[in-house]
Amino acid sequence: MPTPHPQLNPEQIETLGRELDELRNRTLADVGERDADYIRRMIRAQRGLEIAGRLLLEFGWLPPAWIGGTTALSLSKILDNMEIGHNVMHGQYDWMKDPALDSKRFEWDTACPSDQWRYSHNYMHHTHTNVLGKDRDIGYGILRMSEDEKWTPSDLLNPVKATLLMLLFQYGVALHDVETERIVAGEIGLSDKRDILRATGRKVGRQSVKDYVLFPALAGPGAPFTFAGNATANLTRNIWSFMIIFCGHFPNGTHEFSEDEVENETRGGWYVRQMLGSANLTGGKLFHILSGNLSHQIEHHLFPDIPAHRYAELSVEVREICQRYGLPYNAGPLHKQFGSVVKKIVRLALPFSSDPSKTDEMPATVRNSDGRSAPEHEPVLAGV
Amino acid sequence: MLATLTPRRFLRSNFVDLLVGPHGIDRYLELIRPELTIHDARAEVVSVRRQTARSVTLTLRPNAAWRGFRAGQFVRVGVEIDGVRRTRTYSPASVEGAARELELTVTEHPEGLVSRHLLAHARPGAVLHLGDAQGDFVLPERRPSRLALISGGSGITPVLSMLRTLCAEGHADPVAFIHYARTAADWLYAPEVRALAARHPNVRVAFVATRGEDRGAGVHVSGEAIAAAFADGAGLHDAHAAVCGPPALLEAVQSIFEPERVFAETFTPPSIVLAAGATAEGTLHFTRSGASAPIGAGSLLEQAEGAGLTPAFGCRMGICHTCTCRKTAGPVRNVLTGEISDEEDEDIQLCVSVPAGDVALEI
Repeated sequence: MPTPHPQLNPEQIETLGRELDELRNRTLADVGERDADYIRRMIRAQRGLEIAGRLLLEFGWLPPAWIGGTTALSLSKILDNMEIGHNVMHGQYDWMKDPALDSKRFEWDTACPSDQWRYSHNYMHHTHTNVLGKDRDIGYGILRMSEDEKWTPSDLLNPVKATLLMLLFQYGVALHDVETERIVAGEIGLSDKRDILRATGRKVGRQSVKDYVLFPALAGPGAPFTFAGNATANLTRNIWSFMIIFCGHFPNGTHEFSEDEVENETRGGWYVRQMLGSANLTGGKLFHILSGNLSHQIEHHLFPDIPAHRYAELSVEVREICQRYGLPYNAGPLHKQFGSVVKKIVRLALPFSSDPSKTDEMPATVRNSDGRSAPEHEPVLAGV
Repeated sequence: MLATLTPRRFLRSNFVDLLVGPHGIDRYLELIRPELTIHDARAEVVSVRRQTARSVTLTLRPNAAWRGFRAGQFVRVGVEIDGVRRTRTYSPASVEGAARELELTVTEHPEGLVSRHLLAHARPGAVLHLGDAQGDFVLPERRPSRLALISGGSGITPVLSMLRTLCAEGHADPVAFIHYARTAADWLYAPEVRALAARHPNVRVAFVATRGEDRGAGVHVSGEAIAAAFADGAGLHDAHAAVCGPPALLEAVQSIFEPERVFAETFTPPSIVLAAGATAEGTLHFTRSGASAPIGAGSLLEQAEGAGLTPAFGCRMGICHTCTCRKTAGPVRNVLTGEISDEEDEDIQLCVSVPAGDVALEI
């Protein structure tokens, strides 16, 4: 563990939990027309950009149409996945009782079928955030993202694998639930994942036919330009969402946890873990929208089902609470946070820690001979 | 033979569905106008009128996605209030078979969020969401030769729909239309019904006030009063009754007619809502599995599992929404917010909900 946990006693953790519960309930009691108007405005913007992008790309042989169309379609896919899809599927708008904004029914413009995403993300990642061995968002099963993960020679490829994951991110997310690393390790067979593979195949098929066959075909001889524009839009979305998502939990200063540490964790303890394990991005209003407000990753992890456009307001109180309890509030601009993620990916390709800033810090956990984490001293979250 | 390709058929095709995937064509059409959807049934309010101080009558134009109703049935109507779609059931008063016209009369309930909203805010041009018509309270396929249509209060709408439908069909057998309301000022549709009776000699009408100075003769439902309402003087001989209103009215009519000669519908009695903290008594119904269990301790998720069911779940702390499940009826309390909700057909999080009375879940 690179950074030691701040010391909080169980009573403090419970009081903090109650404060955050109170903030949560106060916000939920206030959701209404303002939030409904906001998400519908986002949807109108996304659908408008999508229609404009698709239309322009039908004339993709004209350079200005190709550039404009590709830009509009990229923005449409980013909005669809980040500010609309991700947030709607968290149940942030379930209270509206609108079937089109229902977390259980919403489907998004990406390769991953939404029901698989809801399981691996809403449940696995948000419940077990940053718990090594449980949160598969730590490296997506292919990257070494923590010193507490045992180094293997294939980790030398960490930067290469990360680059590939970034470029093909929608497929990486789609294969998340297939747990390829467990198939490779022989723990499970392909047949165990037949249903998931079939559903993924169907979704990938429909998405591919739309982007790479039908819309190009409608452009007649301009088909290659439409194809290239659609592919670029998907690629742009992949790179952007990879960057935002990897800045959520891996920049310098975020904590990881061992399974032992979170045993018998209370609601207060869960809140503390979310704050310690997440990092924010600073930027302007448009940046926050295009990041799906995942730039407010800390607030998102505390309140994953509160409409995300409220995170900016909530951050004022959350920051104050962090200060009062002596908890870190990790925030920085994209270039700085992503820079530290890139450094981590490169550093962890090697079996030893090459970051000199880490050596003088007291590790909260040490590695057993089998590479698993075990508490070195009494863990601060014990008994919570 | 190839079916002609209409615009509607084209928009419903797999080809278009692929192009507009994954959201579907309605999510684009509604941006032009909300009622242009071809899969989602919606209706535009075309006129709003006030018959009484406590009611509002809406004439709606449903879109082609709506599949109509049979006289006497009810329709789920969704209206958005402060960002939330609230759904209530109303029995149309309009004639059966008019697919593009629907008339609803909404009576104010003192605590009723939707009825009070519609009374205050319904305007032409507003768009409402419609569900499929439901309910067995309909005219028999073989129309009864002598029929009493009896209603109390807002229960007039389904029997008026029956009367209008019979008149439109040219039904010539005797019909007695009897309506009970508190005062003459509460009588709904009195001019319309009297005008119908004036044009159809087989229809006779009685409007009765049950309270105050308007309180008239025949205030008590009796066989004689119903017999007198038939124009042909043949009493209750071979007569059937369709009755809609409060439970007491139903019981009174059911005591007069033989069971196979009366069909009836009442309003759902208000569910008992529990104070925060207390444990409710009652039964949990799991509609998909057919199981049921008495209310016990713990969340609905725990209680469903205790009944041997295996609903999907994740975090068990109200975060991930994996256990979200359709509740078809009954009051539940959210243990995180303390909020009690007893709407029909709403999605709830099982892991943070406890029953506050009889609850039916789609598990």
